[in-house]
Amino acid sequence: SVSHSQITRLYSRFTSLDKGENGTLSREDFQRIPELAINPLGDRIINAFFPEGSDQVNFRGFMRTLAHFRPIEDNEKSKDQNGPEPLNSRSNKLHFAFRLYDLDKDDKISRDELLQVLRMMVGVNISDEQLGSIADRTIQEADQDGDSAISFAEFVKVLEKVDVEQKMSIRFLH
Amino acid sequence: MEVVWALGQVGAVWVAVVLGLIVLPSALGISLGISEAYMWVLVKTLEWATIRLQKGAKKPQPQMPRTPTANGIIERDETPMEKEIALLHGADFEFSHIFYFCRKGFEAIVEDEVTQRFSSEELLSWNLLTRTNVNFHYISLRLTVVWVIGVIVRYCFLLPLRVTLAAIGITSMIVGTTAVGQLPNSSVKNYLSEVVHLTCSRILVRALSGTIHYHNKENRPRKGGICVANHTSPIDAIILTNDGCYAMVGQVHGGLMGIIQRATVKACPHVWFERSEIKDRHLVTKRLREHVADKSKLPILIFPEGTCINNTSVMMFKKGSFEIGGTIYPVAIKYDPQFGDAFWNSSKYNIVSYLLRIMTSWAIVCNVWYLPPMVRKEDEDAVQFANRVRSAIAHQGGLTELPWDGGLKRAKVKDTFKEEQQKNYSKMLVRNGSVG
Repeated sequence: SVSHSQITRLYSRFTSLDKGENGTLSREDFQRIPELAINPLGDRIINAFFPEGSDQVNFRGFMRTLAHFRPIEDNEKSKDQNGPEPLNSRSNKLHFAFRLYDLDKDDKISRDELLQVLRMMVGVNISDEQLGSIADRTIQEADQDGDSAISFAEFVKVLEKVDVEQKMSIRFLH
Repeated sequence: MEVVWALGQVGAVWVAVVLGLIVLPSALGISLGISEAYMWVLVKTLEWATIRLQKGAKKPQPQMPRTPTANGIIERDETPMEKEIALLHGADFEFSHIFYFCRKGFEAIVEDEVTQRFSSEELLSWNLLTRTNVNFHYISLRLTVVWVIGVIVRYCFLLPLRVTLAAIGITSMIVGTTAVGQLPNSSVKNYLSEVVHLTCSRILVRALSGTIHYHNKENRPRKGGICVANHTSPIDAIILTNDGCYAMVGQVHGGLMGIIQRATVKACPHVWFERSEIKDRHLVTKRLREHVADKSKLPILIFPEGTCINNTSVMMFKKGSFEIGGTIYPVAIKYDPQFGDAFWNSSKYNIVSYLLRIMTSWAIVCNVWYLPPMVRKEDEDAVQFANRVRSAIAHQGGLTELPWDGGLKRAKVKDTFKEEQQKNYSKMLVRNGSVG
């Protein structure tokens, strides 16, 4: 699991972001990070930290969300076969990405939701028609049960060849 | 009654010692070697402490590189967006594209290049100051004893000494420059003004136990030029004026600072702006241009970052200083954080607590490099010139270069940067005509 020094570092980071010094982070605290503020999906990412209906996240919640990005090889060290699936398993990493698309949390990515996320990524540079075509094509390629929406299973199938572990992992240097 | 008399005697001896051993040599520009002896003892003590800490550490410490901030705490994949997304089977939109933005976002949350510059640099090894004690725990009795002695020395001996010196320095600055200011303009006045400024700077540097190494003095800024340096703290100015005379540029303040400003401007043509004038960029540029055009005037001193950065990197240089024209003399200032943290975190500490922290540190040790003068090339605009100068300074001082604006300390980042990211991504999507 996470090493002591890594936890210390992350706690130190948490407190330095916590400008209000009340032990929790708000959305504004995240937006103060310039590299995150300019990320087209910055708002979606920040949202992932806040559980339903809440505007504050404590250190526990912060670590829980970050845990999705631990490299999978870390799990080799703690072979707990009977425990719940670790947050950084391939499946959970994919689920995390799925939830970035699934805006209304109904376990399906609709055309509308895909369009909204695409719009965040491209800004004003692509017309509605072009974006619509891109969304249609993407859904058509992945949709297997013909309901014009992407379920989690269909999402996983589309990404089966992608090295999710490498792309959704952050490695500590020490 | 006798107590008062005794205290008076002690006070008189104290002042005499200070004057004789510190102030007088400052005026004459000579050194008695007391600071050097102090520094030698300090270095030996800190080396000993480092060895004790390393021995006492439970786990073997991994060999940390000299500049941990260069590598950071996480592995950063610097592959540009185009390459990384193109690797994902061509430029059609794929669900997997989200991974790129997602990971970048999380990397920024764990550690970002910008916000870490607005807080003090972390030390490799504890320097026996409570304030830098982040991860270091109780190791041995001997170390604790040394630490306690350190606290007593710093707070009971060094602090009063430094405060006295600072008071003497500031008072002589005000009195001296006011006196010189009464004289009619002449070369004698200029000479005396330089003497006063230099002496007071030296006293103030000693008030901080400053040990400064100047390199390449042949490149020292000349009259009619503009001196440009990276900014870490208000004492940067004192560090530089310790070795030469400059015309300061800045906003008029109230209080003690205002008194100093009004006094010094009578002796030497510093350029102080009213708050309303600062907002008018053309006015500022015009006045500075007039100053620079007069070759008999002292070089002006400007800090183009506009705010204090923590001395691990150089942030964006505001182009205003580079539009004035004239010769730019870049100067790189690098503090050694082992002896004392010079960075002023203005969102955390006000100026008084900052000065107190500085005066209860071990010492201020820094290196100042004078770089060869630079002029704007014909095909360069002010921004490119500013970046060129910034690179030179960063390279010399061993600092990283960041394109970010120091103003991000307080202000939000502009939307244009996000729009740029969106534009780059869009270009990739539409490039192969892959639109449905």
